[in-house]
Amino acid sequence: MSHNTLLVFELTILVLAIFLGFEVISKVPTLLHTPLMSGTNAIHGIVVVGAMVVLGSPHKDAFDWVVGFLAVVLGSANVVGGFVVTDRMLEMFKRREPAKPGDAEQDGKNAE
Amino acid sequence: MNTNLANLLYLIPIASFILALRFLSNPAHARRGNQIGAVGMLVAIVVTWIKVGTTSWWAIAVGMLIGGGFGAVAARRVKMTAMPQMVALFNGVGGGAAALIALAEVHRILPEAGSPKLDISTAIALSGLIGAISFSGSMVAFAKLQELIKGRPITYPGQKFVNLALLAACVGLAVTLVSGVQDEWLLWVVVGGGALFGVLFVLPIGGADMPVVISLLNAFTGVAVAISGFELENNVMIVAGALVGASGTLLTLMMGRAMNRSIGNVLFGAFGQVSLQAAAAAETDGGTVRSASAEDVAVMLAYAHKVVFVPGYGLAVAQAQHDVRQLADLLEEKGVDVSYAIHPVAGRMPGHMNVLLAEANVPYPQLKEMDEINPEFSRTDVAVVVGANDVVNPDARNNQGSPIYGMPILNVDQANAVVVLKRSMNPGFAGIENPLFYNPKTVMLFGDAKDSIDKLIADVKSL
Repeated sequence: MSHNTLLVFELTILVLAIFLGFEVISKVPTLLHTPLMSGTNAIHGIVVVGAMVVLGSPHKDAFDWVVGFLAVVLGSANVVGGFVVTDRMLEMFKRREPAKPGDAEQDGKNAE
Repeated sequence: MNTNLANLLYLIPIASFILALRFLSNPAHARRGNQIGAVGMLVAIVVTWIKVGTTSWWAIAVGMLIGGGFGAVAARRVKMTAMPQMVALFNGVGGGAAALIALAEVHRILPEAGSPKLDISTAIALSGLIGAISFSGSMVAFAKLQELIKGRPITYPGQKFVNLALLAACVGLAVTLVSGVQDEWLLWVVVGGGALFGVLFVLPIGGADMPVVISLLNAFTGVAVAISGFELENNVMIVAGALVGASGTLLTLMMGRAMNRSIGNVLFGAFGQVSLQAAAAAETDGGTVRSASAEDVAVMLAYAHKVVFVPGYGLAVAQAQHDVRQLADLLEEKGVDVSYAIHPVAGRMPGHMNVLLAEANVPYPQLKEMDEINPEFSRTDVAVVVGANDVVNPDARNNQGSPIYGMPILNVDQANAVVVLKRSMNPGFAGIENPLFYNPKTVMLFGDAKDSIDKLIADVKSL
């Protein structure tokens, strides 16, 4: 595939992904906006993949080494931290603790 | 592994990221979505690892252990109240990685024969610039929220001009680089200038507006990552970055709407400066403040039919969310209908208050959004405002001179009675006087929110 064909393909993907992003995000309730932010934060941790490509490139000098290594460190902090924090948050969203006497009748009607 | 096979396998992480966001539409399965996203990320990393081959695999492993270890420990330890600065930090490192990739790419490409392709050099210049802004801006946001530096806006004369000139200079240099001046140090200046711009750009923004800034910087990092995808010809980076960029942009706009301010006003308005005159003006109104004892308030609550708690950041600072839930449980046992009114900008990032209350095991169906709860205030016996201020300020509805005029608020003043738990009469984060406190329907319960709630719990129990 020629370079220009590839570029056009990539631009197509980009535009579609932007519209898809708007579409999907607009369905997220404000209740979950903090997890949404930290979840998308984790997703842009995909930058670690780029960092791996740089560090794993066969022709590199000392400069590429240092920069690539730093990028891998930062990128993986982004990925791991992002997903762990989001998981911690989402774990806490519950309807009601199961075994709690005295307040059994509240819920129910809000079930999906 | 060749590029085609890698790109084919990258469809797995692409699909899983989209599913992860889709699942976030409902709290019941949001967590599963995040796990799907994490698995997708793992697939992306493994595929890339195999594609890269044996070159420097151990360096990659060591780097990942260091970064991942730091991320895991920080994410495990952070308190839920400190969540916004943690998000800012992880956002910043992502932007930093994108800028570093740009520096490495320009270093690799320039010595090659012939001039680099226009789209590649454009991508390098842009991702370097945006990544650097996102990195340093996020670090300043982190420092402000962590209170390492002052949260109040830091301003000086000609600030906007300096910032604009700096940004223009960076863009100019980036254009020079793209248009064929093949000097590696040019990108260094662009990245350094971007980093400086990030600092100067976030410094004048007050702590109360940080949620908008973090959301915007999140979008910036997404965009930088998508552009990095172009320079490395990597589809999964393009898609993931675009998703995040779109999400961050949308959230930023939504927050601006929730505060009835344009994004430009948030970013360049240095909010919090106007507030001094406004506070002075409000004070001349006079009016008296009635303070009540915990016993009185306990009686009001216990014999009410409907109580709405209005939590603000003060509640989070006092770590009183668990105590509020206990009080609410106690009231429910007495047959009181309890709910929570959550303003979209309560807390330090969008939806932050929901997370804090979820941490205290408040069932999420009780968390009511502004539009849902506002019509209910007229049927509410007691509205209990815990550490919230600006989001319940009737001036936003009534006083055109108020700096927050037009901001949608929770109409607690329409409840039959209002109890405000507050440390003292000091104005809130934005420094604006609040007429709600002088309303004859309002009683103030002064003191630390946690202590006050604990007293209320004891008093309600003894009734």
